[in-house]
Order: sequence, then structure tokens, then C-alpha cells
Amino acid sequence: MLAYIIRRLLFAVPILIGVNLITFALFFMVNTPDDMARVHLGAKQTSPEMITAWKQIHGYDKPLFYNEKASGLSKLNETLFVQESLKLFWFDFGQSDDGRQISSDIKERMWPSLAIALPTFIIGLITNIAIALLIVLFRGSVLDSATMVVAVAIMSISGLFYIIAGQVLFSKIWHWVPISGYTDGWDGMKFLILPILIGIFAGLGAGVRWYRSIFLEEINKDYIRTARAKGLSEIKVLFGHLLQNGLLPILTGVVVVIPTLFMGSLIMESFFGIPGLGSYTIDAIHAQDFGIVKSMVFLGSVLYIIGLILTDISYTFFDPRVRLN
Amino acid sequence: MLSFSLTPLWTDYMIWGLVIALMIWGQIISRSIQVKQQWLLIFESKLAMISAIILIFYLAIALMDSIHFKMGSNHATTVTETQSVLDAIFPHLAYQQERTYSAPFATTEYNKSLDINELGEVQQIYQPLKHIDVSSSVSITQATLEAFLAGLLVSLFLISLHALWRSRAHQLSFSAFVLKVIRNQTLLPWRTAYITLTTLVLFLSWLYFLSFSYHVFGTDKVGGDVLYESLKSIRTGVLIGVLTTLVMLPLSITLGISAGLFRGWVDDVIQYIYTTLNSIPGVLLIAAAVLVMQVIMGNHPDWFTSTEERADVRLLFLIFILGMTSWTGLCRLLRAETLKISQVEYVTASKAFGVSRFKIIGRHILPNVMHIVLISVVLDFSGLVLAEAVLSYVGVGVDPTMHSWGNMINQARLEMAREPMVWWSLFSAFFFMFILVLAANLFSDRVQTVLDPRNNR
Repeated sequence: MLAYIIRRLLFAVPILIGVNLITFALFFMVNTPDDMARVHLGAKQTSPEMITAWKQIHGYDKPLFYNEKASGLSKLNETLFVQESLKLFWFDFGQSDDGRQISSDIKERMWPSLAIALPTFIIGLITNIAIALLIVLFRGSVLDSATMVVAVAIMSISGLFYIIAGQVLFSKIWHWVPISGYTDGWDGMKFLILPILIGIFAGLGAGVRWYRSIFLEEINKDYIRTARAKGLSEIKVLFGHLLQNGLLPILTGVVVVIPTLFMGSLIMESFFGIPGLGSYTIDAIHAQDFGIVKSMVFLGSVLYIIGLILTDISYTFFDPRVRLN
Repeated sequence: MLSFSLTPLWTDYMIWGLVIALMIWGQIISRSIQVKQQWLLIFESKLAMISAIILIFYLAIALMDSIHFKMGSNHATTVTETQSVLDAIFPHLAYQQERTYSAPFATTEYNKSLDINELGEVQQIYQPLKHIDVSSSVSITQATLEAFLAGLLVSLFLISLHALWRSRAHQLSFSAFVLKVIRNQTLLPWRTAYITLTTLVLFLSWLYFLSFSYHVFGTDKVGGDVLYESLKSIRTGVLIGVLTTLVMLPLSITLGISAGLFRGWVDDVIQYIYTTLNSIPGVLLIAAAVLVMQVIMGNHPDWFTSTEERADVRLLFLIFILGMTSWTGLCRLLRAETLKISQVEYVTASKAFGVSRFKIIGRHILPNVMHIVLISVVLDFSGLVLAEAVLSYVGVGVDPTMHSWGNMINQARLEMAREPMVWWSLFSAFFFMFILVLAANLFSDRVQTVLDPRNNR
């Protein structure tokens, strides 16, 4: 098991190097630090001196891969690639444009993101599976087709609509919860409840359809027929046999998402004023802060790859047929 | 003297080229009886027929909006602007700007503003709208009646044209065919199709007739007509949904099939590329690429001559970026399917006979993975339309000067805090988007049920 995990981790390294190269190419080669400086200083009144000064402040005044002016090892070390890109591997994200440490920002903002993403994920998963099982129980009936129509309708509405409509209804008209904001601890619940509910509802359409199709695929298999032949009630067949065996395909889609929950939701957080990583990213995009965007891209990929590895491990854990090779 | 010249944008060429290419492709594949049968099966569903007609309406509006031309007189003083066929149909909406917000069917502005009356007194009043003449404009009922009459005539004309064509094809007399349609005895649900068509034409003609005397969906912050904006946004949404697949397909088809067929290091490299791209969070990769693109475009103002061209180049870039980030899913599916097919005996047999690899791809593999390609194209369309709105909200979508549902939502979002609310911009953006996405989703469901072999066991 340990050897397997180590092998999987080693497999992740070339992918992370690839991600690193892509971000480096995007942020430093396709548009040079000179371009960045010009955008930040405004296109009209930029002199070469100002650009040099801006680059110096932000540490962008180095060559890309090879520094001829330095000596010894620092020929390679004092370059943009090492300083700005390779350091990401040590989770050294450097400074944002307003001079704050990105890694401490991330540590701080991770928790509000998680406070929304985790309940949305867990409650959403349970609701989706419960509804899917229920309509599988009534498959082929009017209830089934009606639920499917509703599910397609829910899927077809833009997520922005749910957020705006939810804010108007629950905050503006009925005054049940505040429109936006955040505090730590249990007091924060009143801010969190609306985004969580909206997140669950918006995911309902696609989720229920997805789990329904998984269960329907399983329901024609032999073991279900055997279970019925034994004389088990339909409820017992569904919850005892179908749910257990259906969990395996569900795992593939679900486990990979768990680590990325830390990243938060861009839109939800910015609409509800939650100081999480999602709104952090969106603010960085608006302010064209390349340092933060670069770090978030890298962090997101790391989390996704962790999710992939976790998926593999959970597979071997739940399904002994899958061998570790 | 009037001068007339076409001034197509890049995206105009692409969408028209794609539509023409699709028509030719459709002609070619419809020679195969099997394919024809499958498509007949798709359209046998009433829901699929309704969705397809709605999609065709959207596509038609997008295509009309994709013919840009310049109309100028010889007077040097008049400045001519590039306009599209859609603008030419709606001249009264395109160029009549109010000052600010007004509600649907309103005759005055939405908020009071300062005014000096004849007596010289300063007062707060609801200013009348500049382009709505209360006295001369026809009443809503009269306009509605006129619209319905015109709409009925147009749809009757279209229906009889179609019925004439179909009855010829079936070698029936016109009346016999119509009777069959009315009794719903035709193979395809033409009765449903005709009802849908009539409903849509009636609705559009109602909007069109009333738009002469009212702002049917109100006006936005700077006084632009919301109906006109929503209609113009159709082009952006459809273009993003359709053209992205144009970027995506060649990549995922060539890479997916070669990975599955050639195996070995080719497979390793291609797998590595798509795992790497896939591991970067989608929105962030798009955002990063769009940010970089903004910087590049900001440093090359000489690439475009007008704001329209600038917005167009940006749309093109966005489509390209979306395509580059979304080919991985289909590529993986195609690789797996090719792996499966290349193990099948007739493929190994043709390999043993020394048939070249390209011939194997063309003869055995491509036809057998086509359903996957089609399903994923139709499935992706609705996702891309929705993504446009989100991306525009994040600030990495289409150009802010471009008409798009995302931009409309983005601009109107803050107005929900107003008391009383300005709801019509949001409503119409979401409404037009919802109908398009719903139709696309329903249609893709049907395509999937019919084409996916797993459903035909």
C-alpha cells in the first residue's frame, strides 16, 4: 500500500512540473513583465525608468532562465523561473501586488471557503442520492418523469439566477438572513445558510440525474435480481444492495472533488461577501494581480492531483477486486 | 445615392462557414440509410422536435446578426456605422436611446428627476420618455391584434411551404398531407412542429409590433432597449456555444484517436498533456489565459480599427481559450473507445491485410466514435452558454462593450438593491438564456438516448 502511494505521488511530479511550466509560459513568456508593468502603471504615461522601477519592486527584473550577470549557482538561481515558478513547489507563493504574503493570506482565507463548501458538498450529496434512490424506487412512473423534467429545468437555469433570486427573496423581501457578510464561529451561520442552500439547490438537477443513471445501470444486474428472488422487499433491495454497489461509481466522481473544496466558489463567495479563497481569486483577477492568480492555479492543480490519488486509494479500499498496480 | 458594402467580422466568417459546412456534411451523411434512420428516431420525439425548432430560431437570429454591412450616403457629413441585418430590422430599437431606466411598457422614466416647468418652477417629475409618443402610438390591444394577424400570415406561409415540400417528397396530394398532419398520422410529429412554429412566430411578431410604440422589456441604466440587447446577445451566446466546438473537435479527435490507436509513447505523451491540462481548475486556467490576452491586446491597439473589431477579436480569443481548455474530456472518451474498437476482430483483420492506418481510422474508427463526438458536442453547448454568463461576471468573459447575457446580468445585478427594484434587465437576460439552454438540454437528452448504444440493449 505504502509503495503504491509513493508511486502515485511520484507520478504526480511530472504533472505538477507541467502545470508549473504552463503557468510560467502564460505569465512570463507570452506576456513579459514589461507588459505587466505597462498595464499596472497605465498605458499612457510610462517611461522605461518607471517600468524598471516597477519590475524591481516586484522582483520581476531578472532574466527568464539564465542570469549571465550573476556568478556560480546563482546564475540559475537568480532567474524568474526559479524565483517565481519553481518556488511554488515549496508552497512559497511570494508576495501579492499590495505587498502581503500570499501563503499567509491563503491559510487565513481557506476556512471561510471550507465553511461554505463542505456543508454544501455533504448535504448536497446526501440529498441527491436520497432523491435519486426515491425516484429509482418509482421508476417509470409519472413521478419519475416529472422529476426528470424538473431536473432538466433546474440544470438549465444559470447559477447566477439562483444567487440573485435567493438574495432578493430571503434577504431583501423577507429579511430572514443578511444579504452578505461573514463572522467567525457560530454567529456566522446566519451568513452561511443562504449560500449553502442555494449551492445545494443549484446542484440538484445535474446531481439527481447523474445518480439516477448510475443506479439504473446497476438495477438490471444479476445480484439485484437474486436479491429480489430471495424475496427481499424493494426498499431492502434498494438500500441494502443497490446503494452499496452504486457507491463505487459514485466514488470516482466524488472523492476527486473533496480536496478542491478548499478553493471555494468564485461566484458564491463574491456575491455573499465571504472572505474565502474564491473571492480572493476573483479580486486578484479584477486587480490583475498575476502573483495571486498564479499561486491559485498551482494550488488548485495540487489539490486536484491529491484528489485523483485519493480516488485511487479509496477504490482499493472499497473494492478489493481492484489491485494495486 | 446610397452605397452598400459588406463588412464581415472574423466570427461572421466562422459561423457562416461552419453552418455551410454542417449542411454539406448533413447532405453527405444523409445518404447512409442507417444515419437517416437514427435522425428520424431522434425527431420522432415531440420534445426533441420542439427543442430543435427553438434552437433553429436562435440560430437564425444569430446568423442574421452575423451579416454586417455598411450603408452610407454620399454625403460626407453623415457618419455611417456598421450594422447587422438584425439592426436593420430593428432600427427603431438600435438607435433610440432613452436617458435612463424605464419599466416595461412605461411611458415615463422610472425615477423622478429635476425639471423646470413653463412657469419656471423647479420640480421633481417623472420625465416622459423621448421616443415613446403617448398621443400617436397605437394602443396595446390594437398592436397585439395587428401582430397576431401578421404572425398568423407568416407562419401559415412557412407551414404551407413546408407542407408542399413534404407532400412532394411523400408523393401525396397537398390536402392529403395536411389531413395526415392534422390527424397526427405523420412519421415525424409535424403537427407539434407547426404549433411550435406558429407560437414562436406569434410571440416574435408581438414583440416586434409592440417594439414600435413601447419598450417591451423596458430600458437599462443608459437607456438602451432591453429587448434589443437580449436579442443581440443571442449571437454571442450561440457563437460561444457553437464555435468552441470548432476549436475543440480537431484537437480531441486527432489526439484521442491517435492515443488509442498508436499506443506506446504517443499514448503516454497525449495522456500526460490532457492530465496536466485537466488538473488546472477550469475557470482559473481560462481566467489566467484571458488576463494574459487582455495584456497582449492592450499592447497592440493597432490590431483593430474599431471597438467592434476589438470586441470581435476578444470573442475569438475567448472561444479559442475555451476550446483549448475543454477538449480534454472528449479526448479521453475517444481514446478509451478507440482502444476498444482497435481490439475488435475486423480491425485486427484489416491490420493483418496491410490496410494503412489512415484508412483504418477513416473506415472503421471514425464512423464508430462519431456518436460520442455528437453527444458531447450537443451536451457541451448548453454548458458553454451558461459559462459565458459566469465568465463575464468574473470579468474574464466577452468584451464589456459587447452585447451578451453575462454583461447584462453583470450590469443589472447591483440594481436589485434599488428600491423599488429594477428587475427587467435581469429577467429578460435570464429568460432568453433559459429558453436556449433548456431547448439544448432537452435536445441533447434525446440525442443521447438514441445514439448511445448502451441504451439500445
